[in-house]
Amino acid sequence: MAERGLWTRIRKSQVWRSMFRHDIPKDARGRSLAVLSNVFLHLHPVKVRKNGLKLSYTWCMGGLSFFLFLVETVTGVLLMFYYRPTAQYAYFDIVDLREQIPFGIMREIHRWGAHLMVLSVWLHMLRVFLTGSYKPPREFNWVVGVNLLVLTLLLSFTGYLLPWDQLAIWAVTVGTNMARATPLLGHEGPGAALLKLGDLQLIHIGSDVRFALLSGRFIGEATLNRFYILHCVFFPLIVATLIAVHFWRVRKDGGISGPL
Amino acid sequence: MQYLMDLVNWLTNPPILFTVAIVAFFLALRTRWVWTNRFFIIWTSGLTLFFLVSLAHPHFREIVTKGDNIPIVIMVYAVSFFVWLGLKQAYENDERIARGEPPWEASFQGEKEYVWPDLVYIEFLSTLVVGLGLLVWSLFVPAPLEQPADPTNSPNPSKAPWYFLGLQEMLVYYDPWIAGVLLPGLIIIGLMCIPYIDVNPRGNGYYTFRERKAEITLYLFGFLILWCLLIFIGTFLRGPNWNFFGLYEEWDIHKVEPLTNVDLSEYFWIRLLGQPLPAQWYVREAPGLVLVVLYLFGLPPLLAKTFLRRYYEKMGFIRYNIFVLLLLIMLSMPIKMYLRWLFNLKYIVHLQEFEFNI
Repeated sequence: MAERGLWTRIRKSQVWRSMFRHDIPKDARGRSLAVLSNVFLHLHPVKVRKNGLKLSYTWCMGGLSFFLFLVETVTGVLLMFYYRPTAQYAYFDIVDLREQIPFGIMREIHRWGAHLMVLSVWLHMLRVFLTGSYKPPREFNWVVGVNLLVLTLLLSFTGYLLPWDQLAIWAVTVGTNMARATPLLGHEGPGAALLKLGDLQLIHIGSDVRFALLSGRFIGEATLNRFYILHCVFFPLIVATLIAVHFWRVRKDGGISGPL
Repeated sequence: MQYLMDLVNWLTNPPILFTVAIVAFFLALRTRWVWTNRFFIIWTSGLTLFFLVSLAHPHFREIVTKGDNIPIVIMVYAVSFFVWLGLKQAYENDERIARGEPPWEASFQGEKEYVWPDLVYIEFLSTLVVGLGLLVWSLFVPAPLEQPADPTNSPNPSKAPWYFLGLQEMLVYYDPWIAGVLLPGLIIIGLMCIPYIDVNPRGNGYYTFRERKAEITLYLFGFLILWCLLIFIGTFLRGPNWNFFGLYEEWDIHKVEPLTNVDLSEYFWIRLLGQPLPAQWYVREAPGLVLVVLYLFGLPPLLAKTFLRRYYEKMGFIRYNIFVLLLLIMLSMPIKMYLRWLFNLKYIVHLQEFEFNI
């Protein structure tokens, strides 16, 4: 290919070269630089074990879980532009999302992506188990991964309430009712009656774990606000942090697992 | 046709379905033929045929095509495919090892490949395929939205989100403080304990079954039988009032299930000894309490001296006890299910005085 004309001029221009520090990779040095000089690709090492390139080994499930997390983040932020977490507006904002907004499938992508993410995290865990990739030196990263799994379910569960329809409040009612029965800390749990100061009950329907979850004795506006913040800010921040730790440890523990 | 439908309804009776699943699970793990391409094609075709034929049934169609139940259909396919893919490679590696060769993952001798472009390309394609799939799914299936929230009008059945249906199923067999708090907590803690409990150094970084038979069997039993199967049951077989319905049975809101659940104390004192229930709780519940204490604290040392002796020696005192306790609690779930199905046993220990029931 003759290196002439407009394309060459663009690539030799000051603007282009200020953005891309090196040419299209053609040799070992270029391929290393392609990874090293890009903040996103730099999650990877320059080279990986050959089995890490085989889909049959990794199933790409960890990567897909991360991709789906990014999809959820992007679509979630877009949804936040149109959604108001109050009992008065929430349901009708969701209706308008479908009816009034151009290209109104953000909620669909968000919801189906969430379901897929739950599945992809389970399957990633299955792959890691079957390949024995939690064994030394990777034990702690498995623990981080279990935390990420729990947070994935919590994210999904807190998001379930936000449409503020029948499905939402009753699924969350079923889920949070179990908290009533927490030993010692739920007002119907074993041992809760024992926590007294004189004859003052410390744990009652207005002070137990369920009350803390719902910020009330039953699901209402306060719950919606609380779940909204948990879903959009609190859990995503923790997940993002743990994902960083998770990836960092993959690298520090010797990259993608393979026979020792 | 009616005969076939009755057969499926009978097969999806929880005790039957559960027993068939457990037997099939253990048979499949030991059968080489299951982990070959031919079997997988047969299995997937059979599954697809079953789904397609069942779609003719209005009630089944109504459940399957519910937006939030699509993930469950995906789960059935994806989980069976990936379990198959993993164990297929495990069996192939075991055969290599038996021939004296290294596992396939070790055949590169630690050789490495550049990330650019090989790995980046794979990641790009994977995200493209999944992203496009997600887009198509989103274009054709609207996200579910029911009537506005109404705290005074509770739907029947009220179901948790699909990924929690296994936990919701446990609520039938255990009180909320066990099913909703203790067991989920122990599942999470137990999963975190795996790397510290599993002291087997083999099978690190490659698929194998023979070198890790017990670990893989236990993990898959928990994941497939006690998690995925319960999700399936909770979706398709649980109807109004949380009653059981066959796969092709209409959800009749007036179906009455006789509640003949009996506590162990009643079995022991009234039916066995022909006496009234003793007044003091510690006498009344003594049989149940003794059983629970023996199960949780008597079995571990007993097993350490007999069946699990090798494990005890390898793991040491602390690891072994954590492992066996977690294992026993996990197995208490199917045990309690069968006790309920076969003997209508409700509580092993029933202390209404302390709101403490097992």
